[in-house]
Amino acid sequence: MEPLIRIRGLSKRFGNGCDGCITATGPEYETNRCRHCGSVIACNDVSFDLYKNEALGIVGESGSGKSTLVRLLHFEWDATGGSVELHADATQHLQQELFDGVSVYSRNLLGLSPFQKRQVRNALMGIVYQNPFLGLRMGVSSGGNIAERLLGAGWRNIGKMRERSAELLEKTEIPVDRMDEPPKNFSGGMQQRVQIAKALSNNPLILFLDEVTTGLDLSVQARVLDLIRTLQSEFKLSLLVVSHDLGVINLLCQRTMVMKYGRVVEAGLTDQILQDPQHRYTQLLVASQL
Amino acid sequence: MGYVAVKGGIEAIENACRLFAWERSKGTSEPLTTNQIRDQLYLAVDRVMGEGSLYAPDLAALALKQAAGDSSEASFMLRAYRATQPRLAYSLPATTEEMRIVRRISSAFKDIPGGQMLGATSDYTLRLLDFELLNDDAARREAFRKKIFSSLPSDVEIPETFPKVIDILRREGLLADSLPVGAAAEPFDITRQSLAFPAPRSAVLQSLARGETGGLLTLAYSSMRGYGNIHPTLGELRVGYVPLRVAHPVTGKPYTVGEVKVTEAEVLARFEGTDGMPRFSLGYGLCFGQNELKAISMAVLDRTTRTDRPTCPAEDQEYVLYHTDGIEAMGFCNHWKLPHYVDFLSDLDRLRKAQEIARMEDCHVAE
Amino acid sequence: MLLNEWLDQETQQAGGYPYGFMDDGAKKDIRRCLLKAVAIPGYQVPYGSREMPIARGWGTGGIQITLSLITPDDILKVIDQGCDGSVNAVNIKKFIQEVAGVEITNDTPAATVIQTRHRIPEEPMSAAQILVLQVPYPEALREVEASEAETRRMHAEADYSRMWLHLYEDIVNYGEITISYRYPVTVNGRYIMDPSPIPRWDVPKLHMADTLFLFGAGREKRIYAIPPYTRVEPLEFEDHTFRVEDFSGKSCARCGAADTFLDEVIDNAGGGRSYFCSDSGYCDKRAAQWNH
Repeated sequence: MEPLIRIRGLSKRFGNGCDGCITATGPEYETNRCRHCGSVIACNDVSFDLYKNEALGIVGESGSGKSTLVRLLHFEWDATGGSVELHADATQHLQQELFDGVSVYSRNLLGLSPFQKRQVRNALMGIVYQNPFLGLRMGVSSGGNIAERLLGAGWRNIGKMRERSAELLEKTEIPVDRMDEPPKNFSGGMQQRVQIAKALSNNPLILFLDEVTTGLDLSVQARVLDLIRTLQSEFKLSLLVVSHDLGVINLLCQRTMVMKYGRVVEAGLTDQILQDPQHRYTQLLVASQL
Repeated sequence: MGYVAVKGGIEAIENACRLFAWERSKGTSEPLTTNQIRDQLYLAVDRVMGEGSLYAPDLAALALKQAAGDSSEASFMLRAYRATQPRLAYSLPATTEEMRIVRRISSAFKDIPGGQMLGATSDYTLRLLDFELLNDDAARREAFRKKIFSSLPSDVEIPETFPKVIDILRREGLLADSLPVGAAAEPFDITRQSLAFPAPRSAVLQSLARGETGGLLTLAYSSMRGYGNIHPTLGELRVGYVPLRVAHPVTGKPYTVGEVKVTEAEVLARFEGTDGMPRFSLGYGLCFGQNELKAISMAVLDRTTRTDRPTCPAEDQEYVLYHTDGIEAMGFCNHWKLPHYVDFLSDLDRLRKAQEIARMEDCHVAE
Repeated sequence: MLLNEWLDQETQQAGGYPYGFMDDGAKKDIRRCLLKAVAIPGYQVPYGSREMPIARGWGTGGIQITLSLITPDDILKVIDQGCDGSVNAVNIKKFIQEVAGVEITNDTPAATVIQTRHRIPEEPMSAAQILVLQVPYPEALREVEASEAETRRMHAEADYSRMWLHLYEDIVNYGEITISYRYPVTVNGRYIMDPSPIPRWDVPKLHMADTLFLFGAGREKRIYAIPPYTRVEPLEFEDHTFRVEDFSGKSCARCGAADTFLDEVIDNAGGGRSYFCSDSGYCDKRAAQWNH
C-alpha cells in the first residue's frame, strides 16, 4: 500500500540564516537557535509518510518543532524547504493541474499559490487546536462555525448546511439545540468537540490534532480522546497527533515520531518506542512519563 | 539665552512668556477686539466653550485672543477659569423640545413635520477661496445685508415647536426603549469624582460633551469606516437655544435664568434584538455652541461604547473616555518638554550596562 | 520665456482653473484607472484621489470621474437619493457647470452622463449613456473585516467564506439577510462588489445592462466599474433568495406609480405617512401626463 501523503525534507527557519545554522543547532547542541546569526531552526529535514486510515503521533517538548510541522502541513506558514506530495487517489475533488505531468503523486503542494493551497486544505484537511480560540470564531454560532467550511466549498443552501451541522454535532455529542449558540458559552471540552465537528464538516482525509486535550480535566480528556478514536475508525481518517503526553500518543497512534530541537530523533511503531526506546532522549521521555 | 537647570532659569522662563505675548502683538495690524472674535470667529468660540466646558462667549473670545488662536490653549484657560467659579445652583433638567431652533435636519426621512430647516451652515458651500473677503469692510457688509434681506418674503410661518423624529419612531415601536435611569437618579459628576469603569451613562455623556473635537472625530470616523461600525443614520440634528431654569432659592419655583446655544444629534444605529424584538438603537450627542462634528461623533461614540466585548478602540469605553479630554491630552503631550534628564540618566545607565553585557557575550562566542 | 509667463499660459482658463477643474495629468490618471476597472469588472482600482472644493464624503469620487470624462457637448444630470433638486445634487451641478460649461437636464433619457448618489434612475439607460455612482464604502467585505490589507488579500484569493458566513448568521439570528443598501453582489462570477448604498430595489438593474456603470470613491481612493452585459448577481442562498423592498399596497401620491421606489414621508406629529417616487424626474413626467 502506498502512503496517502509523502513529506520529504521539510524545514522551517525563522530569520535570515547563515552557513552555520544547521550544524549549530539540534539535539546535540541543546538548542534550535543558531549562535552565529540568531536564526531559529524550528524544524529541519523532516521526512515521513502518512497512510490512509492510520494515526501517526509526533511527540516532543515545547520547542521540539512538532507544532511547527502542523503549521507547515496545514499551510499556515511557508516552509523554507522540502516537499509535500499527495497520492492521486486522494484527489478526486481537486484540480487536475496538480497532477499534470506526474503519475502517482502530485506536484509539491508547497509550491502552490495561496488560493490553491486553500482549496487543497478545505477539501482534504481538518485541524483541531489546543486553544479553541484559534480554531473557532467565538462570536459566531456553533452551526455557523461548522458551516464556514461548507460555504468555502460552495454550499449555498441554508437548510442543507444546517442538516449537515446537526449531523456533525450529534456525532460529536453536542446537543443540537445549541447549534445557534456561539461556542464562547461552552465548556472547554464542548468547545473542543465543536472544533472536531468543524474539522470534519468537509469530509477531510487528514485530521491534525495539536495538543487537543492539554489543559482539559482528565475525565473530559478521556471523553474527547474516545470520541476521536470512534470518529477515526468510522471515517477512516488519517490522523497526525501532536502531543507532549505519551499516554495520548499511546492511546491513539500506531506509529510515532519523537522530535527534539527541530529534528526527528526516533521513529517507529508506538509500542516499540515506548517499550524499547533507542535514543537517549526518548529513553528519558519514556522514563519520566510512563 | 541659556536655559540652565538652576541659575538664570527663572529669567529665561519669564522672557519666554513675554516673547509669547510679544509675538501676537508685534506687527502693524490693528489689535483684535474680543467682540470681533466673538462675532466673526463664532465657530471657534463655540468649540472652545464646549471643550472648556463653560458657556461664556466673551471669555472664550478673550481666551482665543490670548492664546493667539491656539484652540487647545484657549479651552484650557476656560477650564481653569471654570475651576475658580463657585457653584450657585444646578439647572433643572432641560429638554431640547423647547429649543429655539436655528437649524434642524433629519437624514432618515426626506421630509419631517416642521420641515428640514437648513439654517446657517457651510455644508453646501463650495470650498473655493473667496478673495472678495480680502476687501471686507463696513460698506460691503451693508450692501450684502441689503441684498439678502431685500429678497425675503415679509412674513413666514415658523412652527412653534418641532416634534422629535425619535419620538415618532419610538411610538411606533421601531426604537429601543430609553435606557433605564437606574438606582441613582442623580447624575454622576465627573468634576467631583474620578471615573471608574464601567462608567454610568451620565458620566460617559459628560465626558464626551467636554471632549476634544478632533479626538472624538478620529474615533468616531474609525467606527464609521469599519472598526466597530454601528451603521449610523442621523435621525435628527438640532442647533438652537435652550432655556435654562433653576429652582428659586427661596420659593423653590422654577425660573428661567437664560438660554444656551447647543447642538444635539440623535443617531439611529444598527438594530439589536434585546427583548426578542429587533429595534433600532440610539446614540445621543449634545455640546455647547454650534459644533456638529462633535455632536455627531459624540452620538456615535455613545453607542459604540455600549458593547460588552470591545473589539476595537471606538468600542472600548475606557479607551474613548481616557483619551478624548483635550486638556488632559495636551497637557501630557506638552509635558514631555519638561526636563527629564534625571529619568534619562537612569535610562542611559541601564543601556550602557546592557551594552556591556552584550559585548562580553560577543567576546565569549567568538572564542 | 519667463517662468511666470509660462505659468500664465498653463493656467489660461477663467479664474485660473483648467477645463473641468483638474489638470490634464489628473484626468489622464483617472481615465487609465477607469479603463483598468472596466477590464476587470468589480475589482477596486486604487487611484490618487484629488481634493475637490466639495467635502470628502460628499461625492468627490463621482465628481472626479465625471470631470475626467465630460466634454462641452455632454448633457449632465445629477441626482441625490433620486432627486434632481436635493442640495447635494444642486451643489454638484453648479460646480460642474462652472468648470465645464455643460448643459444640465432633469430628464434621464436626455442625459449623456448621469452622476448619482445612492439611486439608479427608474428609466432604463441606453448604451450611449454612462452612470457615475458616488461611493462612500467601496469595500463590500468591510462588514466582516476592518483591515484594508486583509480585504485586498481576500479578494485576490477569492477567499469569501467569511462574507457568506455573515449572511448565514443573519438568517440564523433574524430569519432574513439584514443588509439593506450596499447589498453585496458577485460580478462576472469573480469579485464580490459593493454596489454603493443603492437600495436592493436597484441592484437588479446592474445585471446584463446596456449601460456602463462607473463607481468612484474619493475619500477611500478607489475606482471600479461594471461594463455593459456583465453578470451581477446578489449573494443569496437557494432557500433564502434575494428580495427587494416591499411596497405592496402603496403608490405615489403625486403620479400614482406603483412600480417605483417610494420615499416615505412623515406627514405630521401623529405619524401619518405619505409616499412619493424617489426618482423625482420620472415622477414629474408621469405627473404631467396624469394631469392631462
